[in-house]
Amino acid sequence: MQFDDRSNVLFALAGLYLILITASAWVVILRWRTPEKDRTELAQRIRSWWIIVTVFTAAMAMNRTVSIIFFAFVSFLALKEYLSIVPTRRADRRVLFWAYLAIPVQYYWVVRAWYGMFIIFIPVYVFLLLPMRMVIIGETKEFLRAAGTLHWGIMTLVFGVSHIAYLLVLPDSNNPVAGGAGLVLFLVFLTQFNDVAQYIWGKMLGSHKIIPRVSPNKTWEGFLGGVATTTVLSMALSTWLTPMDFPSAAVAGLLISIAGFIGDVTISALKRDLGLKDSGSMLPGHGGILDRIDSLTYTAPLFFHFIYYLYY
Amino acid sequence: MTSLLRFLFYAVFIRSIVLIVLGLNVRHRERLPRSGPAIIVANHNSHLDTMVLMSLFPLKLLPKLQPVAAMDYFLTSRLFSWFTLKIVGILPIKRTVARGDENPLAPCIKALADGQILLVFPEGSRGEPEQLQSFKGGIARLAEGNPATPVVPVFLHGLGKALPKGEALLVPFFCDIFIGAPLAWTGDRRSYMRLLDEEMKKLAAEGNFPTWE
Repeated sequence: MQFDDRSNVLFALAGLYLILITASAWVVILRWRTPEKDRTELAQRIRSWWIIVTVFTAAMAMNRTVSIIFFAFVSFLALKEYLSIVPTRRADRRVLFWAYLAIPVQYYWVVRAWYGMFIIFIPVYVFLLLPMRMVIIGETKEFLRAAGTLHWGIMTLVFGVSHIAYLLVLPDSNNPVAGGAGLVLFLVFLTQFNDVAQYIWGKMLGSHKIIPRVSPNKTWEGFLGGVATTTVLSMALSTWLTPMDFPSAAVAGLLISIAGFIGDVTISALKRDLGLKDSGSMLPGHGGILDRIDSLTYTAPLFFHFIYYLYY
Repeated sequence: MTSLLRFLFYAVFIRSIVLIVLGLNVRHRERLPRSGPAIIVANHNSHLDTMVLMSLFPLKLLPKLQPVAAMDYFLTSRLFSWFTLKIVGILPIKRTVARGDENPLAPCIKALADGQILLVFPEGSRGEPEQLQSFKGGIARLAEGNPATPVVPVFLHGLGKALPKGEALLVPFFCDIFIGAPLAWTGDRRSYMRLLDEEMKKLAAEGNFPTWE
């Protein structure tokens, strides 16, 4: 995009690579200091991060439409993973095809910056259309379960994720320091950073379980450590990448860290219900794509509406 | 010319469908043979089965890979025969044998002698989606005749959902692929079929599949 006069965005991307280099160096040091320990999963996870960040930077560096198509593709991969792990009905094959078609349509509203359609297409039209298509096929056994399962997936993985893309088409003039790309970087980086921060705080200090029935490894210490770190970082990055002042940035930090945690455990609950450890195997060391974007399914719409209400 | 077309068909068209529209979760990829002769045995639910198996191998092995397929189904018209023989690259065999015919497996035996990797679906047809059918005995005859050739069982899940028999609309689903260890010849056909059956059921049990009814 859009980078020509967006040196802040470039600096932020460079910062991402600096973090990756540090993480890779850290693995080398760990292996050198304690060669007896198996670091395969950590190393795999960081290697997958390199790929994710590279693809993400490439998508963001091209023009705006390419960036939006990238997020449409993320929605497609996530919805496909979801529909492959949840129970579906044989009779609904064609309904699922219609559900996939909602992706290009939803992202078309984003490309056109047509806010009205963007915000009602899935919650109203798709919500009404898919059950109608199911009724035409006529299978009533497990009808409610099938309709509910499908709508939950489309709302989280298509409607929710498309909010990241809509940040790109918000008017640049409202965020002179970094434009829409700055907001996307801010949101995606803080959400993923918060996951890592909660994990590291939990590893270092964790003892009091926060939600043992859903996610037995999550602790209060990890959660609160993550919230504090992310909030501080949000304030530090906000002047660079967003139009927010410090109080708003502090609220945005709290919002992203708390909502990120909720998104994470919501997908954990889904996997636990289905008896799965990971949602897939696309990203070695992480699991599937749902395992990676779980927090974003909550932070994206919430951060979007927070900033949209206050600044656009 | 046709070998270039075949390469483009698999390298560009089929791989983009298999890897992007569908997507694979492969378990135990290291068990796939790296050279011929070898026999890959898989369950059969969809025309996509062949395409997915072909995409598991590196492209440099493409000339060695031959799906074994029913002559009566795939060689119906001239144009269709050209497509299945030259582009898909099937090895056609007869499903029914009349008295006096030569051994229907003769083309397979010759291909193995030439170092080919055969993809075999011993269920004989695609059947009901996502249900294992019992294997037909031809595979045991083939193994008996080539006891040194590795026979690798592969269990496929999800393709019967993506493109079942009788449907033309492809709906994207991730496909799970479980590759088994190569089977050794047991000494007689009956115990061999039992072993193959057990191996397939064991591979199927490695998965945790959602219901689809």
